[in-house]
Amino acid sequence: MDEISPARSGRFIVTSVSSDAHMWNLVFLQLLLEERGGEVVNLGACVPDDVILAECRRVRPDALVVSTVNGHGHLDGLRLIQRIRSDSELADLRVVIGGKLGIRGSENARFGTELVAAGFDAAFEAEAGLAEFDAFLGGLEKAPARELATAGRGA
Amino acid sequence: MSGFESNAPARSAPATPSPIVPAGGRFSRFVRRSHEQGRLVVQPRMGFADSATMRRGLEAVRAVHGASVGTVTVDSYTRVNDHDSARRALERGDDLNGYPVVAHGTQETRRLLEGVAGEDFPVQFRHGSALPQELFAALARVGADATEGGPVSYCLPYSRVPLPQATAAWAECCRILADQPRTVHLESFGGCMLGQLCPPSLLIALSILEGLFFREHGVRSISVSYAQQTSPEQDLEALAALRRLAAQWLGDVDWHVVLYTYMGVYPRTPVGAYRMLEDSVRLAVRSGTERLIVKTAVEAHRIPTIEENVDALEFAAAVATDEARHIPSEQTFQQTGIYEEALRLITSTLGFGGDVGSALVGAFAHGHLDVPFCLHQDNANRSRAAIDPAGTLRWSDPGAMPVTGFGGHGRGPVTAHSLIEMLGYNERRFDREELVGAAVRGML
Repeated sequence: MDEISPARSGRFIVTSVSSDAHMWNLVFLQLLLEERGGEVVNLGACVPDDVILAECRRVRPDALVVSTVNGHGHLDGLRLIQRIRSDSELADLRVVIGGKLGIRGSENARFGTELVAAGFDAAFEAEAGLAEFDAFLGGLEKAPARELATAGRGA
Repeated sequence: MSGFESNAPARSAPATPSPIVPAGGRFSRFVRRSHEQGRLVVQPRMGFADSATMRRGLEAVRAVHGASVGTVTVDSYTRVNDHDSARRALERGDDLNGYPVVAHGTQETRRLLEGVAGEDFPVQFRHGSALPQELFAALARVGADATEGGPVSYCLPYSRVPLPQATAAWAECCRILADQPRTVHLESFGGCMLGQLCPPSLLIALSILEGLFFREHGVRSISVSYAQQTSPEQDLEALAALRRLAAQWLGDVDWHVVLYTYMGVYPRTPVGAYRMLEDSVRLAVRSGTERLIVKTAVEAHRIPTIEENVDALEFAAAVATDEARHIPSEQTFQQTGIYEEALRLITSTLGFGGDVGSALVGAFAHGHLDVPFCLHQDNANRSRAAIDPAGTLRWSDPGAMPVTGFGGHGRGPVTAHSLIEMLGYNERRFDREELVGAAVRGML
């Protein structure tokens, strides 16, 4: 949080998953991305998969940022990424997920691995802090096109 | 520790208004009886997907040394009426963050309550649903003692349901409860909103307005709520204002006050977490609050176990007994105008419609009620709050609300950094002692 980050740009959709009602994480992410020059569409809490997919087709963001803390991220996030990766328009979309991905504290880390295997470009477990997400944002500028993750294609 | 010393202008607290209406239903009777015995009712926030674990949890809470009521926290799928996902998770044995009432069905939940819920241990179902008709119908069938929420407090922060639709759903839900032969208690969640950074006057006004909405739709046993914020002095004043307004506006129904231990970013160290809980217990006892919903030492990290819940409840009950011995005969609290501001919000909101529901919808549509930082489409999201150097939560930008902003420090746009600073205010305040290390601790 304390490091000064260079200004970045890009278009982002910030969202939670369908069963997660938490909001502060989304407010924070919007401010963070906007301060780095990003343009943000914030879909808010409890967003059905269909709404997320429709907004992604409409906005064509540089990245979809999914934030979830209610512990259902490993269930809802898995379903969401399977739908995104099997959608011909969105198969290449850069999608990351972060927050508390399960209900088991530090044991949640394994869910991140599963979610990446299922097609997320990255998963940031809450205990990892913000540095990894920051590095991801830095990488966006260098590599604007998503390297297709083969793991998610057949889902 | 106690954060209650204050140099602010003070006056004697008015006598706690005594409820005039007899307690209805076993939830309210238990709370009233405990209060008359000088015991604070403590309650966990606890929900497990599996019935056997949930049952063990209820039995453990019932056995707590102290006056306790049971909680069944409902899972997130049920809150958004995604009962199929809840059923699938049950079949697969996946983790859920609560007990799926509808997916489990009536018989299963009746068995869960049978022989544990009773006159000496009423059970409340806590959820977070903007459209809870199915849930409320299920709660009525299983004979639940109490539930909670509200047309605003479970719509704006927790859903994308349009406010008029949530209001209509909650009117229907109140009727479901009111039509039961046995009194079912209903608690407003209006005193919480996003858990933090909502100044007291708005929390109080929303709690009272939701109480009025419940009453308008036939509910006769109501609690109004308030969530601990960042300043013990301000919270004491707020709870006095809430009691006074409840007596004035809800005097013809059975009511009591419930306090929530801080609902925002929680201290990460066990010491910090217990200190935060301790402050909320002392606040509850000093303010005459009847019921407290506690948090545990692991709250910042994960969903607590049964044992961690029991530890927190027993600690809270013990601190409450201690605090009750130390209450001065003549209490004082500062007066900064919270009561007046909340009253203004209530009376002016009621002018927006012929009934409470349409008044709430109209007031939000005009930004006359406006929850800071709330992203819901029916919230103006123009108002902003900030924590001043003394720890007081104040309006930094009132938006179109009839409240006073503080003009000086804290104005200007909120940044990601300043937001995190404010969200972490209590975390830092209570974790400080642990984090600076034992060598320095003695000097603080």
